[in-house]
Amino acid sequence: MDRMEGLVERAIERAVLGSLEPGRREFLARVGATTVSAALASVFPISAAKTLAQDKPGPLEKKDLKVGFIPITCATPIIMAEPMGFYKKQGLSVQVFKASSWAMIRDLSINGETDATHMLSPMPLAISLGVGSQSVPYVMPAVENINGQAITLASKHKGVKTVAEMKGFKFGVPFDYSMHNFLLRYVLAEGGLDPDRDVQIRAVPPPEMVANLRAGNLDGYLGPDPFNQRAVFEDVGFIWMLSKDIWPGHPCCAFAAKREFAEKAPNTFKALLVAIVDATQHAHDKANRKAIAAAIAPKNYLNQPVEVLEQVLTGVYPDGLGNTKTVPDRIDFDPFPYQSMAVWILTQMRRWGYLKSDVTYKQVAEEVFLAAACRDAMRSVGAKPPDTASIKHNFVIGKTKVFDPDKPDDYLKSFAIRKT
Amino acid sequence: MRHDRARVMLISLLLGTIFVGAWQAAVVRQPKGKGLPGPAAVAVEAWETLRHPFYDNGPNDKGIGLQLGASLGRLVVGYVAGSAVAIMLGVTLGLSPVLYRAVNPYIQVLKPVSPLAWMPLFLYTLKDSGQSAILVIFMSSLWPTLANTAFGVASIKRDYLNVAAILQLGWLRRLVTVVLPAAAPAIVAGLRISIGSAWIAIVAAEMLIGGTGIGYFVWNEWNNLQLTSVIFAILAIGLIGVLLDAGLGRLSRALAYSE
Repeated sequence: MDRMEGLVERAIERAVLGSLEPGRREFLARVGATTVSAALASVFPISAAKTLAQDKPGPLEKKDLKVGFIPITCATPIIMAEPMGFYKKQGLSVQVFKASSWAMIRDLSINGETDATHMLSPMPLAISLGVGSQSVPYVMPAVENINGQAITLASKHKGVKTVAEMKGFKFGVPFDYSMHNFLLRYVLAEGGLDPDRDVQIRAVPPPEMVANLRAGNLDGYLGPDPFNQRAVFEDVGFIWMLSKDIWPGHPCCAFAAKREFAEKAPNTFKALLVAIVDATQHAHDKANRKAIAAAIAPKNYLNQPVEVLEQVLTGVYPDGLGNTKTVPDRIDFDPFPYQSMAVWILTQMRRWGYLKSDVTYKQVAEEVFLAAACRDAMRSVGAKPPDTASIKHNFVIGKTKVFDPDKPDDYLKSFAIRKT
Repeated sequence: MRHDRARVMLISLLLGTIFVGAWQAAVVRQPKGKGLPGPAAVAVEAWETLRHPFYDNGPNDKGIGLQLGASLGRLVVGYVAGSAVAIMLGVTLGLSPVLYRAVNPYIQVLKPVSPLAWMPLFLYTLKDSGQSAILVIFMSSLWPTLANTAFGVASIKRDYLNVAAILQLGWLRRLVTVVLPAAAPAIVAGLRISIGSAWIAIVAAEMLIGGTGIGYFVWNEWNNLQLTSVIFAILAIGLIGVLLDAGLGRLSRALAYSE
């Protein structure tokens, strides 16, 4: 029997590798190494190569998996994939595990207590670089949601119209290495405030934001939903600005795993990615949003009133100032991890002094944001992935500014307010 | 005595009634579903929760019985291990004044550290959140027992030890028949303080690590701003604390002796 399997394996190996050899360069491009570095070739071994090159994946190395999440609407695809059967569809038995803070998400994942995890999209970059963490190589093959965050201010600040009026405010963000932190800093700096001198920004776990706002401990936060809408629901705050009005289509949360997991269990990794991308596509369809809100509201998942989740996911919501707004793209779900997004995040980490030294932005982006793997997964569920892994991004607050991922240093120098 | 007891109970009941009444009066004007929940709402919640204490809807939604069970399980493991180490170390230090004075500065530095401060270190080194939580309990049950044991052993009457020396008892026999019984009241007093601080620490530790446990239950309900459940959980945590303390109180009465 063993002999039989051995024979089959060798045959498969010959077939796959045989077909792979001439297309090696192409393969390396697929796993995200246009600047083909020896390091990358060595860390992305042949087992992963085989899986990514195969149309039909091999047997799953591991079927029972644990995936960590923070109870916020950004994690929608990761969470709903359990009750709505997207994991099962790929032959996986996944238990989603709720964690209390981003530091805990990081440690659970690094320690191997979860196999893959919900993360803020700057986290896999920071952890791979060993910034604010021990250095562990991570991969991020999919973005979860785009947009879907907001700046919420306490009700007593209802008169505040401009950033200048926010001098002296105490702000909360979910984590240092979050889009929330970088977007808030961007907005404040565009409005002429130095985020390190003129205001205070603290890391506050999302579920604790509303309580802190109520207690007057925070003047506002750039936080994930449902906690912006929950502040309105609780009559303690109002939505000052949606994050889509800062950078339309910005990434927020992501699906990530240790590179080691992707290498050791490439088939499982691929199946998991397909399940996530499939769920993300399902969540992208606005017709499904109400059913999703009902699926993720129970205690085992978000533990939130369905009403609040519907307001977030459908984009028809009270803003806390007496208006009912209709913003269909308040939150959207798009899995494609543009490497240009990673480059922007890295420039901001450099801008605010989280990154102490220069790194080759593009190379780090390509190693962590696995655009090609996501492209394959998107195709396998019938979605149309974009052709290019890097695009220009528009920032629309104040004067529109265009971020060109090919000129990160010029971009960084263009800001008057920065730490480095 | 009997008369006193009746008065104590009466005053106690009266205070409780005033508190609950004031609480209810304070919340009765609030719009429904907003603000701090009143005692009636908490009672309803308690009834609902206690009706199904052992349901299990997956890793993030379990009944109160399972949550408390998980916390007590962690408590027992961490507390027993912590107490064993504390007693052994305490006896050693109590019997040797020189060693005691040499080690004391370190104990004094480590003692006031909140056991939770160790959590990041444990997570980093042990790479396991469950074991880290247990080690937090271990740390929090260490110091009171250690200090009390050392003090109790050091203040054993010299006469007892002299008699033991005259009888030429071996060290093990001397330990079991003289030292431990003589120091028992002090040791149990330490154990009693320890179990209190361990029970306090576990709730905080579980809020950090997540998973199953009464601390995590509180965190999860906070996340939904479900204050009725939070208040109910506070009561449940308090009651368990009373039971744990009463258990050790019995032990301490059994081991008490008079000179």
